[in-house]
Amino acid sequence: MEAIQRHRGVVYPLNRTNVDTDQIIPKQFLKRIERTGFGQYLFYHWRFDDDGELRKNFNLNDKRYEDASIVVAGENFGCGSSREHAPWALLDFGFRVIIAPSFADIFYNNALKNGIIVIQVKEELVNQWLKKAERGELILDVDLEKQQIMDRGMVYPFQIPEYHKQKLINGWDDIALTLQHEEKIARYEKSMQ
Amino acid sequence: MATAKTIIEKIWEQHIVHQEAGKPDLLYIDLHLIHEVTSPQAFEGLRLNNRKVRRPDLTYATMDHNVPTKNREEIRDAISRKQMETLRRNCKENHISLADMFHPDQGIVHVIGPELGLTQPGKTIVCGDSHTSTHGAFGALAFGIGTSEVEHVLATQTIWQEKPKTLNVHVEGDLGPGVTAKDLILAIIAKFGVRFGTGYVIEYTGEAIRNLSMEGRMTVCNMSIEAGARAGLISPDEKTVDYLRGKVHVPEGEAFNEQAQQWLALATDEGAVYDHYVNIRGDEVEPQVTWGTNPSMCVPVNGSTPSLEETDYPEDVERALQYMGLSEKQPISSIHIDHVFIGSCTNSRLSDLQKAAFVVKGRKVHPEVRAIVVPGSFSTKLQAEKLGIDKIFQEAGFEWRDAGCSMCLAMNDDVVPPGGRCASTSNRNFEGRQGNGARTHLVSPEMAAIAAIEGRFVDVRNYASTKVSS
Ligand code: SF4
Repeated sequence: MEAIQRHRGVVYPLNRTNVDTDQIIPKQFLKRIERTGFGQYLFYHWRFDDDGELRKNFNLNDKRYEDASIVVAGENFGCGSSREHAPWALLDFGFRVIIAPSFADIFYNNALKNGIIVIQVKEELVNQWLKKAERGELILDVDLEKQQIMDRGMVYPFQIPEYHKQKLINGWDDIALTLQHEEKIARYEKSMQ
Repeated sequence: MATAKTIIEKIWEQHIVHQEAGKPDLLYIDLHLIHEVTSPQAFEGLRLNNRKVRRPDLTYATMDHNVPTKNREEIRDAISRKQMETLRRNCKENHISLADMFHPDQGIVHVIGPELGLTQPGKTIVCGDSHTSTHGAFGALAFGIGTSEVEHVLATQTIWQEKPKTLNVHVEGDLGPGVTAKDLILAIIAKFGVRFGTGYVIEYTGEAIRNLSMEGRMTVCNMSIEAGARAGLISPDEKTVDYLRGKVHVPEGEAFNEQAQQWLALATDEGAVYDHYVNIRGDEVEPQVTWGTNPSMCVPVNGSTPSLEETDYPEDVERALQYMGLSEKQPISSIHIDHVFIGSCTNSRLSDLQKAAFVVKGRKVHPEVRAIVVPGSFSTKLQAEKLGIDKIFQEAGFEWRDAGCSMCLAMNDDVVPPGGRCASTSNRNFEGRQGNGARTHLVSPEMAAIAAIEGRFVDVRNYASTKVSS
């Protein structure tokens, strides 16, 4: 995966709670056997009507968010199905950071494995950013190394497990890391026989 | 005396391969189940990096999500066909057992694991599927993973996991007549919400849980993920042992008895402490029907949709009601349905089909309803046919299909049309889950069966008594 240390970008406000992975990428697009090309189907039924026309009342279709690369959303983002197609679609669409008050466990892991920075912050802060981004342009600057988000002059610290942080910053291959413990795995297997 | 431990801690400790401060633990995986939708990119990753499947013997594959449930010979959708062919090729190249579309062991991955005895107490089980929690019914630590993790497990047979917090969901008192495992888990989610399990592994305990059959326990553990928990489990007891005796993948004779003793010893010790505890009264649970677009939006069948004034989440409720085509304070009994789906890894096992068939027997599906039954596995289907259950359904006007996920996620041709309304025994009522614009009401198999006959929701408890007196 691609290493990521810092990201500055326009915020797309998704003011909904419990956004499930069925909404992020509907099942009819899970038949592909590649990891790429899922961006066009992101939030498909929210973005397009039954005739395949863009829905005017869904804000991701708003020109203002065309270059957005940071999602700010409500609680329990990414709940439901374990499909990794969800982070693939978000990434392919151009999103590198997701900020929410809470995330579903499987989605959280899946996103990190694909080099998406997932940041949990207090609900009040999310609400504040949702409002700002809905009203005008909001640009946030996320510094993973320093674990802080800059909104103009204001600095907001955030928590992320050190282990995940190092992997994101270095873009490490998980499997290669694990295989450094190959001997221990073999020993475990032997002890189980 | 050694400290009292939960089954979760016992299984965890037995599987640690490597531990280091400030990092998750590296856990060994005893069983890796795979299916066609979440595995192709994982195998591709292995190929690109020149890596091999470490333990094909601990890996087992089936096709379920995308398979047709009728006329299997001909898969019209070329992309679906390619996905299945890819799994076939990946399994062949890597020497992995595959229950292919026409194999007698084929079925939904969470139905066949237990049926074959692959699922056993004390095992760590993963699958690229969030309902892997189902296998927890046997006292296994089973959870869903993403495709990158599938690749990781294929390559290393291990996974990095943060030690989960433990949550005890205790059910006091037994369920009343006509109230099922499905109603219980829906009532739990309705009471505590879709997030209460996030970051936890749940252990279900209490009288109602002990009294459930193994199939009922699977229904409960299956929906742990709808409460946000990656895994939910139940300590093994004699029922667990009885279920597994004689299954293909468990030892025989004396070896089985020895194994059974080890399994039983895994049960949570008296006095063990959980990180969190909640309880609910089993005898107060009523048959449930979901009215909204997540499983916590759920009320007893004699209830109504919420009032916008009284709810804490008026925006969410309004959005959900609008999607569902319902109004506030609308009685559940006034909702008319046009589709019924009996199936999915939550409720497609033999006892589910038997209970639904009991209700249906001698009656006819409502003229405005299209109803289908999709057994969870090929072997369930055969057993049901031996008992004549297929005939009961067909004579009533249900379609009787081949095994697969089917209308639970509508990835194949089994789709609810836009605006259609379905009484479904599956586990997710998300927007569009059963088809774009489709409206899903989650219920038990009995409640779905009655809805098929009546064209609307009726309390199974009253229905049973009319049936006896008529
Ligand atoms: S039946 Fe539904 S929930 Fe279960 S594995 Fe299949 S698609 Fe997933």
